[in-house]
Amino acid sequence: MSADTLTPETVAGPPAAAHPLLSVRELTVRFRMRGGREVAAVTDVGLDLAPGECLALVGESGCGKSVLASALLGLLPGNAHVSGSAVLRGPGEADGLDLLTADEATLARTVRGRRVGLVPQSPAAHLTPVRTVRSQLAETVRELTGARGEELRAATLTAAGRAAFPADHLDRYPHQLSGGLAQRAATALALVGDAPLLLADEPTTGLDRDLVDRTVDELRAHTDEGRGLLIITHDLAAAERVADRVAVMYAGRIVELAPAPDFFGTPGPRHPYARGLLEALPERSFTPIPGMPPELGDLPAGCAFAPRCDRAADVCATVPQLTGGVACHRPLTAAAGEGPAARREGSRV
Amino acid sequence: MTPPRTRHTGPAGGAGPHALELRDITAGYDRRAPVLRGVSLSLREGEAVGLLGPSGCGKSTLAKVAALLHRPDAGTVHLGGEPARGFRHRAPRAQRTAVGVVFQSPRLAADPRLTLSALIAEPLLATGRKAGAADRTRELARAVGLGPDLLGRRPHEVSDGQLQRACVARALALRPRVLVCDEMTAMLDASTTAALVAVVEDYRARSGAALLAVGHDRTLLERWCDRTVELHGGGTDSALRSAPRAAAGTSAG
Ligand code: SF4
Repeated sequence: MSADTLTPETVAGPPAAAHPLLSVRELTVRFRMRGGREVAAVTDVGLDLAPGECLALVGESGCGKSVLASALLGLLPGNAHVSGSAVLRGPGEADGLDLLTADEATLARTVRGRRVGLVPQSPAAHLTPVRTVRSQLAETVRELTGARGEELRAATLTAAGRAAFPADHLDRYPHQLSGGLAQRAATALALVGDAPLLLADEPTTGLDRDLVDRTVDELRAHTDEGRGLLIITHDLAAAERVADRVAVMYAGRIVELAPAPDFFGTPGPRHPYARGLLEALPERSFTPIPGMPPELGDLPAGCAFAPRCDRAADVCATVPQLTGGVACHRPLTAAAGEGPAARREGSRV
Repeated sequence: MTPPRTRHTGPAGGAGPHALELRDITAGYDRRAPVLRGVSLSLREGEAVGLLGPSGCGKSTLAKVAALLHRPDAGTVHLGGEPARGFRHRAPRAQRTAVGVVFQSPRLAADPRLTLSALIAEPLLATGRKAGAADRTRELARAVGLGPDLLGRRPHEVSDGQLQRACVARALALRPRVLVCDEMTAMLDASTTAALVAVVEDYRARSGAALLAVGHDRTLLERWCDRTVELHGGGTDSALRSAPRAAAGTSAG
């Protein structure tokens, strides 16, 4: 056990703002499987998100990042056991709403679409194939704003325009749209309720690079209007383009939480896994991290990255806590010669 | 109308037959509006060519034609100097098995009822190579980094990255002379991408197989392939522009 007393701030990294829009603390999700097996999908996640801020959650498929998103939306399957808190707080709202304990009726009526907008992974699957974009958008507008008749028509057009969806394509069916337009249609749906928090789950999968750039730039623009954006992605280039901060997830835990410029530039990632992931990019050393991530149902004791880590030592037999933005007993420091990267905000004191 | 300007020596003109030669390919899903018109592209033995282009330019269609999975409206495909004698189920087995294919989405490509080891062994059994199939499957699984615990699982019990590893192993099972990788890594994280590219390159180094890697990630294909060609707007004049391999990137740090 670590001798340090961990305040929520040190666990979650530097507070993003005095009044975060979303505060996640000690979020843990376990799935109970047949035969009594337990899958540790998310463990002890803490993070804050401020209005106008974008946090990118990156990691390999199966690292738990999509489960985290589902937990925030109350969309976990019945065999999931959730603990911790995820408080959504509007401006001036004292208590906020804990998304993890809210009942389904509250989530369905007041949260999904209204306080949290979901930009889905696969827009084509999210849109109803047999209905035009206009009819789907109008239905959502009516549901969330109560608009009718001429007002509804106008509000639908405005909603399309907000996500730069072209008005002359509104009468098309989803299969008649390019990948980029389908993504905009889905984004338009997510924006209708004017939710202060946007959750984008792999919003760029399958898009080509130009469309990736356009999609994340549009999401960034919605963030700059004062929304908070949590983007879950395996695409590091997209994360670099859009994010203010980066959270790297490995085996269900956040192993590094850093300002994007530090992470992608200097001093670079400090967690060996995060460093390896970045170095695997073709524009860097294009070298894979050896091995594969552990099974979430069968995690090794101690640091889950140890079997793949070239810095592993005896001390790594205990689970490292996220302290000063990194969960590692032997984090990398900036290039030799520079002082420890720790003399920065949020560092261990 | 202008036919493509890619290298075009023909079987008699070069050092030997091309591993893959696509000549004046016109193809699509509606004869009146082909996605590709008159595209030619040749791969020498052992050569790795990256095919770049925006969504909808027809690059995946060209990949399917190269893999004999889509019949072009016009043009010819040669494999190892031999003209393709059919497409889809009409392709003769010897030609079909000379090309290994990996697609973007392993979930769409893999039979959900099969275990990963059955998935990898499928081409071996389908071509009557029952003897030795078990050994070859283990060897392939090792090459793509899949351990025995994963081999017994079905697709829904593994991650996209693990399933794509199995699909790469399956594509290598019959020791193809040409590999076609269509957006193989588009859904994968950076480390799995680098790992699967390394598997393909290791196989090519040992076998001398040629590679057609289709994708939209320029940085990746320029780092991976000997040269890249770019396919512009399908429809009217599909044109290819060729570029040599980019200088190897230096490690950023
Ligand atoms: S705690 Fe140890 S094993 Fe884990 S990442 Fe850090 S150095 Fe490597």
